[in-house]
Amino acid sequence: MSRPHATNVVGSDQPGEHRGLPARSNTPRGNAGTLTPERAFQAICLLALLLPLLLLLVLIGQALAGGWDRLTWGFLTSYPSRFPEQAGILPALAGSACLMLLTAALAIPIGAGAAIYLEEYARPGRLTWFIEVNISNLAGVPSILYGLLGLELFVRALQMGRSLLAGAATLALLLLPMVIMVSREALRTVPQSTREACYALGADRWQTIRRVVLPMSLPGILTGIILSLARAIGETAPLITIGALTYVAFVPDSLHSPFTALPIQIFNWISRPQAGFHVNAAAGILVLLAIMLVFNSVAIGLRARFRRRLA
Amino acid sequence: MTDLLPHHDLRRRRAVSERVVAGLLLLCAVLSVATTAGIILVLSAETVGFFREVSFVQFFGDTEWTPLFAEKRFGIWALVCGTFLTSAIAVATALPLGVLAAIYLSEYAGDRIRHVLKPAVEVLAGIPTVIYGYFALVFVTPLLQAVVPGLAGFNALGAGIVMGIMILPIIASLSEDAIHAVPDSLREGAFALGGGRLATIRRVVLPTAFSGIGASVIIGISRAVGETMIVAIAAGQQPRFTFDPRVPIETMTAYIVQVSLGDTPAGTLEYRTLFAVGMTLFVFTMMLNTASHYLRHRVLKGATL
Amino acid sequence: MSMQSQEPQPSTRSPHRAGEGPPAQANSFGGNAANVPVSKMGVENLCAWFGDTEVLKDITLPVAERRSTAVIGPSGCGKSTFIRCLNRMHEVVRGARVAGRVFLDGQDIYAEGINPVRLRQRVGMVFQKPNPFPTMSIRENVLAGLRLQKVRIRYEDEVVEQALGQAALWEEVKDVLDRSGGNLSGGQQQRLCIARALALEPEVLLMDEPCSALDPIATSKIEDLIAELSDRYTIVIVTHNMQQASRVADYTAFLYLGRLIEYGTTEAIFQNPSCKETEDYITGRFG
Repeated sequence: MSRPHATNVVGSDQPGEHRGLPARSNTPRGNAGTLTPERAFQAICLLALLLPLLLLLVLIGQALAGGWDRLTWGFLTSYPSRFPEQAGILPALAGSACLMLLTAALAIPIGAGAAIYLEEYARPGRLTWFIEVNISNLAGVPSILYGLLGLELFVRALQMGRSLLAGAATLALLLLPMVIMVSREALRTVPQSTREACYALGADRWQTIRRVVLPMSLPGILTGIILSLARAIGETAPLITIGALTYVAFVPDSLHSPFTALPIQIFNWISRPQAGFHVNAAAGILVLLAIMLVFNSVAIGLRARFRRRLA
Repeated sequence: MTDLLPHHDLRRRRAVSERVVAGLLLLCAVLSVATTAGIILVLSAETVGFFREVSFVQFFGDTEWTPLFAEKRFGIWALVCGTFLTSAIAVATALPLGVLAAIYLSEYAGDRIRHVLKPAVEVLAGIPTVIYGYFALVFVTPLLQAVVPGLAGFNALGAGIVMGIMILPIIASLSEDAIHAVPDSLREGAFALGGGRLATIRRVVLPTAFSGIGASVIIGISRAVGETMIVAIAAGQQPRFTFDPRVPIETMTAYIVQVSLGDTPAGTLEYRTLFAVGMTLFVFTMMLNTASHYLRHRVLKGATL
Repeated sequence: MSMQSQEPQPSTRSPHRAGEGPPAQANSFGGNAANVPVSKMGVENLCAWFGDTEVLKDITLPVAERRSTAVIGPSGCGKSTFIRCLNRMHEVVRGARVAGRVFLDGQDIYAEGINPVRLRQRVGMVFQKPNPFPTMSIRENVLAGLRLQKVRIRYEDEVVEQALGQAALWEEVKDVLDRSGGNLSGGQQQRLCIARALALEPEVLLMDEPCSALDPIATSKIEDLIAELSDRYTIVIVTHNMQQASRVADYTAFLYLGRLIEYGTTEAIFQNPSCKETEDYITGRFG
């Protein structure tokens, strides 16, 4: 009983009409050459994936083309000016640096502390659940609203004024959810058996954490913090809202001095119509990208060393 | 030499320091709750003050927003419309590209390719938005001006498209997780029934991952709604109620930036508009975040659709 | 394609199979004068690899048409791999490779240019763990195969009723066809998967340990179902449960460490095995 060899019949009117085995192959890993709808779809998906990466390269290329020539030592050490050729980013760099240090000083203890509480002390219950829901909610709040909170709370109510301290406090609040999440993950990498070994030796919980768990998870926490700072250095909106100035002709000299930051300087330049300032903005972007690249590389390197040590 | 307790005393009294430490740590954790409370309090307090001077009708019933001009109008819809327009364009850009990219990463890419490309896509999410804003103003808008007639220097289209590129990694990454989570046994079942890979994706994999993909899209929308710098740089500062993507508009977030850059004294009505707009923004993003959380919760529970 | 026996034979385990011998050579089909049932499928020198590990070594055996053939053997002997080679599912796994020939009605399914996707419409499969599609209703699950194959279905309700009826599930679900396929019990889910496979009206049905994830009551229901279906369909069933094989199958193949040790009628294998390994396995000395 032989079957007819139909060629590539796609549909059939009656259910169950059997078709022979047509000659064309249609495997997921099929023969090369034929453009089937299958392969066209795969190509489209790949294109969809590569397109944004391509645009990223174009973006970086644009910035390079615009700003590379402007990247001189003078640029890095000058103050802003009405004349684009003379303007520089020194106050912005100084402001960002101070800001990062302050923010880290505030966010690390609080974030790590919260993470330690949630991972080591908290028992499942309503309070814990409530705290965790809050943290994940906060991660979804637009950053500019943190700026409004900072404005009312730090600048006005606590009378910090439009200062570095207010800016750092606001950024610390913004980073807190991320720092907590990352620290918790780092703490989780410590196996429970390690903790139990400590308890069995008669240590109490805080001793275990301080002497064993924290040192073991420190690289992971550090990595997370560096990544958070890399994100923080690019934050603009909350700082503008609390009153970081866009034209600052001095380097901040105290916690209470007004300040500016690198992304704010870039924003200021790009908002001006003169093309010369756009060139400055591009140069500033290159500096910002370079700093972020350094931060991220350090974090990734740390993570790799951390993993190797554990393995 | 050691602190060993005398043998007969096996009861250890919990050290005072232990309790102090636990208390401090709890304080740190509770700070997150305090932050949420702080945001809500701050926004509410000033918004209440705002509504003492501006009626609900003026706020919700008008489509013009001119609180800084001589003739003051307080219709929030102008700003909401600006936010909506840019976000819609962003999602229209990011959704198809993101989901298709996620399908490629999950269904077609080999492990090595996925190892390289997935982090590369996530780099996009880490770029400061002020750089995206520069890109939108200096490159994308002039490019579009060659193609779209009547495109102004500041417009919703360029800003929206660039915002789309910014939220694409979020949609792609979360969708890829959702697609990856579809059990292989379902794919095998579909193959055994004679489905090709495309048919399997279309009829089995995507419907099963639908909740997760939906949640990722909503998170993307939420990000777009809350985005500030791209629209502040590239979309304009003219609040207007329009669906034309070629003209300058202003979003809620850009308005807050605009006022913050100025010298508005505290306690004035203009100052309070910051918080009224901020409250509106907060309500929108909270609704979106809750919706996405609900969708993801449905996925985790294994709900059958 | 008749295969009735002419002379009286001692009654075999399957009462409706009046004593037959093993089917003909792997690649022959069509009726013949000898008292031999036709081979629907035939396997010739089949070898299979996962990467560098050879899992099946040179297997040659026929699959009788409209009969059920059981493949037994201890864990890891390659039973699942073998059955997955029959509908070209083995190669879906990365790094998997096949050599040799497998015939369906005399045509080598591994020949150049054969479309495995099409093959699977004629050779259906039921898996160990029931895998109904959770986003589809019971009705849609049954029709899923046809939709995936892009077959235009004229009489959807009839198809659904017929398939569910053949799978002995119709009475239980006929009023809840629009409920999700994931809400049924394990045994019902497996029968749904069988109905889904049957809706394509395959000529061969491959079953990879279909009862191992089910409780004994569900198992016996499915075993009855298989006995009924083997009148109409060619069935190959992998099982690690020897009692099941003796209950359900007309022919049995014993695999061990990737090799075919013995093949014959179920009665012969269980009551009169010719190889020592077969006997040892059947009597429980290993496995």
